[in-house]
Amino acid sequence: MNRRWLLAAPLAAAGLAGAGFWRMLSGMSSGNFDPRGVPSMLIDKPLPDFALPGFTAADVRAAGHPVVINFFASWCAPCIDEAPTLVALSRAGVALWGIAYKDKPAATDAFLARHGNPFTRLARDEPGVVAIDWGVTGVPETYLVDPKGIVRWRFSGPLPIEAAQALAGRLRA
Amino acid sequence: MLMLLLAGPAWAISDPSEALPDPRQEARAVAIGQQLRCLVCQNESIEESGADLARDLRKIVRTQVAEGRSDADINGWLVARYGNFVRLRPPFNTGTLLLWASPVLAVLIGLGLAIGLRRRTVPPSPLNESERIRLQSLLER
Repeated sequence: MNRRWLLAAPLAAAGLAGAGFWRMLSGMSSGNFDPRGVPSMLIDKPLPDFALPGFTAADVRAAGHPVVINFFASWCAPCIDEAPTLVALSRAGVALWGIAYKDKPAATDAFLARHGNPFTRLARDEPGVVAIDWGVTGVPETYLVDPKGIVRWRFSGPLPIEAAQALAGRLRA
Repeated sequence: MLMLLLAGPAWAISDPSEALPDPRQEARAVAIGQQLRCLVCQNESIEESGADLARDLRKIVRTQVAEGRSDADINGWLVARYGNFVRLRPPFNTGTLLLWASPVLAVLIGLGLAIGLRRRTVPPSPLNESERIRLQSLLER
């Protein structure tokens, strides 16, 4: 009895660890898990109140449809990588609203002219204070806000094409 | 270039323009900031970090200290935005129970194994008559 238990315990531990790693790895490939990421505190909470030049929290709530909010900056190299994915997402009919983080308006405009502008609305957070209320740790960062103004999903870092497709599918459903 | 890299962290903490004029308030702000993780560099506190976001958070901590808000209030404000991850010292709750208990658990498991393995080594039973005679003959050979 004792011996059988000694054999089963390490096997069970290995099995458990294996299942955990499998979940982490499958989450990483589908963009739902980032080992270095910080979970967002906003999930299933109302979007933080803000008023920026461009649009306000009230505008997001009044949109009447889900809004995908993307924090980006012209000085951010991963944002360049992400640009084609966002353009594809907006072509797929997803309402993308951009918030330029700590960026000079002229630089933002040049960035959008060069890499394509996927945003239906653009706000500017030059001091980067509104981003802190959202819990943004770095650009790019993407949030999904439902028509009731509740944040449903967040992705930190450049959106992988798979995650963008999953998001578009979710919004179509 | 190397000098620049070495000097980097030093600027962040020693920029006098960031400090509050009241040294007691500044000391409080530093104490709070030293317990807050820089979200960009992850294993530095916001007081040590040269990152932009850390500087913004230092500024927010100082503004709130100057407004007279309590340490718990200021910590709560940051935790509401960034979660407990922002705290370098994780709170003790059901989610972190295993984390806090792990040193004790490791000692207990080690002790259990040590005692269990020691018990297993039963002293050999004494030789019976035929074995004793055989040993004797082997020794006398």
